[in-house]
Amino acid sequence: MGKFSTSLDLSSYRDQHFKGTRAEQDKLLRVSSTFYVGNLSFYTTEEQIYELFSKCGDVKRIIMGLDKYKKTPCGFCFIEYYTRADAENCLRYINGTRLDDRIVRTDWDAGFIEGRQYGRGKTGGQVRDEYRTDYDAGRGGYGKLIQQKIGSEVPSFLR
Amino acid sequence: MSRRRPHEEDDGYDRAYRKRRRVSENQEIEDRLESLILCVGEKSTSSLESNLEGLASVLEADLSTYRAKILRILTDCAIRMPEKCTIYTTLVGLLNAKNFNFGGEFVEFMVKTFKEALKACKWDPARFLLRFLADLVNCHVISATSLLQLLDNMIDAANEDSVPQVRRDWYVFAILSTLPWVGRELYEKKEQPLEHLLVQIEVFLNKRPKKHHNALKVWAVDTPHPQEEYLDCLWAQIRKLRQDNWAEKHIARPYLAFDSILCEALQHNLPSILPPPHHDSYKYPMPWVVFRLFDYTDCPEGPILPGAHSIERFLIEEHLHSIIEMYHLERKDCATHLLNFPYKLKIPLEYCIVEVIFAELFHMPSPRYLDICYGSILIELCKLQPSTMPQVLALATEMLFHRIDSMNVSCFDRFVCWFSYHLSNFQFRWRWDDWDVCLSLDSEHPKPKFVREVMLKSMRLSYHQRIREILPETFAGFIPQKPEPEYKYAKEAEAVTLPGTAAAHQLVVTIRQKCTPEEVLAVLKDLPNPRSEEEVDGRFNPLKIDVFVQTLLNLGSKSFSHSFAAISKFHYVFKILAESEEAQICILRNMFELWHNHQQMMVVLVDKMLKTQIVECSAVANWIFSKEIGSEFTKNYLWEILHLTIKKMNRHVTKLTGELTEAREKLARAEESSDSESDEEKKKQEDAEKPSEEMVERMEEKLEAAQADQKNLFLIIFQRFIMILSEHLVRCDTDGKDYNTHWYKWTIGRLQQVFLAHHEQVQKYSSTLETLLFTQDLDPHILEIFQQFVSLQG
Repeated sequence: MGKFSTSLDLSSYRDQHFKGTRAEQDKLLRVSSTFYVGNLSFYTTEEQIYELFSKCGDVKRIIMGLDKYKKTPCGFCFIEYYTRADAENCLRYINGTRLDDRIVRTDWDAGFIEGRQYGRGKTGGQVRDEYRTDYDAGRGGYGKLIQQKIGSEVPSFLR
Repeated sequence: MSRRRPHEEDDGYDRAYRKRRRVSENQEIEDRLESLILCVGEKSTSSLESNLEGLASVLEADLSTYRAKILRILTDCAIRMPEKCTIYTTLVGLLNAKNFNFGGEFVEFMVKTFKEALKACKWDPARFLLRFLADLVNCHVISATSLLQLLDNMIDAANEDSVPQVRRDWYVFAILSTLPWVGRELYEKKEQPLEHLLVQIEVFLNKRPKKHHNALKVWAVDTPHPQEEYLDCLWAQIRKLRQDNWAEKHIARPYLAFDSILCEALQHNLPSILPPPHHDSYKYPMPWVVFRLFDYTDCPEGPILPGAHSIERFLIEEHLHSIIEMYHLERKDCATHLLNFPYKLKIPLEYCIVEVIFAELFHMPSPRYLDICYGSILIELCKLQPSTMPQVLALATEMLFHRIDSMNVSCFDRFVCWFSYHLSNFQFRWRWDDWDVCLSLDSEHPKPKFVREVMLKSMRLSYHQRIREILPETFAGFIPQKPEPEYKYAKEAEAVTLPGTAAAHQLVVTIRQKCTPEEVLAVLKDLPNPRSEEEVDGRFNPLKIDVFVQTLLNLGSKSFSHSFAAISKFHYVFKILAESEEAQICILRNMFELWHNHQQMMVVLVDKMLKTQIVECSAVANWIFSKEIGSEFTKNYLWEILHLTIKKMNRHVTKLTGELTEAREKLARAEESSDSESDEEKKKQEDAEKPSEEMVERMEEKLEAAQADQKNLFLIIFQRFIMILSEHLVRCDTDGKDYNTHWYKWTIGRLQQVFLAHHEQVQKYSSTLETLLFTQDLDPHILEIFQQFVSLQG
């Protein structure tokens, strides 16, 4: 049989803080019914996520990603379904569609562990929001590093 | 086999990990043959005819060595790629002309596979195999007489008495859907027997009961397009085809080019094939209604949309449906393949695709895939074809909106969900002003109701302020309430007069100090029971429930997670305060009082309380029909709650049934192997897994109890429906008013929806329902709904 890719394939991303070997991690990923959702707006609420993701099945829990210091949403979450099949449908039908006008990205996760709800960037949010060079109103404006350089969170012409 | 649907043979993950087995030389040749066969007819630099000729020669040379493999691949192709049927029949025709024996073996193999498919209730594969056999008549592989004999046997199966109507229907459907391929050939060679077959079908259809028809219609009225029953529609299309002397324009027939070779070949006779007799375990396809949205006047530019009774419409639709089936797991591939439809230049493709997708989304009683599967395919189509697709989809939405007055409530719900989801993917852009007819209609009319429900659903996917921004000012009345709690104990003017205020304030302080459930009960302890002496049975105190539920849920109001955490921490208090069903209804009532402006919150809270067994399913059902929330009765969210409640119950029963079956099988297996001498290892393992007789008995008891609960739930729901509907009908009759109000239409529609959405589970209690509730003295309007449901499985 020829090799072909499906929307359920594992992406190239792996959680670098995973305790275990790559093989163990991949094994978990292939039976997991949990996944990571990224590229959310900081303003997107648990309620909105619940509404969209319930379209693929019964959601067991949603863990909102929070800024390590401010404890406010920082643009990602973990979702766990009761069944693997529902989680698969979520990757098929929700990954790459919009929530709050943003394209959401979903990726398998080996299972939520306490502590992972916090951003891992130096400033408390996600790492990607530190180095970003574009302006993203839904994710706090410019990346953190640039903000420190220009000194204000939102440039006046965009306010 | 690259075209195989990905989910069937692997789970999509272990491919890369599968051990690469050493491939022998034979294996390599087999793989090459397979890929040659699979690819024939796909895009190529040379003509299909020369490819087929070449392939036939290659296969002929390999027939002696790889006979079995080639038989299997070709049969697989017949089942899995019905759209390439005529290409493969031509190939088989060419092989038969070269090697008569192989032709015979192939026919034998096909017949065997066809019989197996019938026995295994694989109805679509069986239909594709039959079509393939029929098309082999065109390729001079099979004699027309022997095919007619098979079709006659199938008609006999359709005319059997005392078998389910759905079985009889399938046999007729299978014959009719084969005729576009072979009708012309039979007409030319065997006109008399063909006519005889058609007369038999006509007699069958004239006698056929169609009580289910109305239940499966998307719209109650037949304007502008009649909502035809599927067999009636196909029969009309076949009759039209016969009028046109069986000439159709859709099927490519590559064998015509090889006529001089094929007509030299000897033909085989099909052996006598008798359809396997009915068995109670057999499941047959349910009947359906053909969905029609467009006619040729709706797509004025470009090629003409074939008429409703032209056979091309059937062929195009069937082909598009099979593309959806093949690719529904990969929405992007699905959209691509739909847009690459082979006959796209001859038809208004976008219109056909949109009509077929809505046909699936609105399929009754339920769509074959998730709603969001269709929603996401439509999004991909809009992205791939931005110059035409969004316009056609907008036109379809307009038409659906204008025809919404008589749309059944299940489809109304799906339309609301799809449209709000679609809008949320396209910045909520819509020309609302075009729908200003809503502004002057009764708020219960389906049009304004649609807009209101779309706004509520859209708000769930976005936020309140956004909804205010997307609607024009004139539509201000359609903006939902801000989804916030209304905590009465914090309202200064009101709270002072309430008997629970002091306790509520005390409770807030106590809970904030991270108290235990017992401490909560201590705070509530002295609240007086407002119920009158004779009512008070010591079982529950509504004031305690009021103060506790509203205060706790208000403290957890920040998010779903906060609410869930509050509920699980004080689960014990809920259980102590609300043991009886009446008390559980009281919890729901207080949840409503606090959260009436936040529908989604109520939905998830009820779901949570069911899961944690704070409230039982029957309590939720009784609450939904209670007088106090009569104002909510026609709102979608309330029915969302009822259906999730029923589903929860159904899942529970299904799970217990599965567990019991498994345990019984294990027990039987273990006993069997202890009788016979089997190898030690296996026996040990089976003994370890073997459940005891008592365990199985306990499981049986548990299942019986669950089934009793399930039956009770359905009885409550249907009884409440009958009560309110009868009351309404009687009242209208005495007042001399028209009973057919908006309220009545919504309510009778919801009754129908409960039957249809859960028909497999309700079916089990049909006879109980008939003797206890849906008796002959019931108002015929209500009884009709029950009878439609009963006729679904014939």
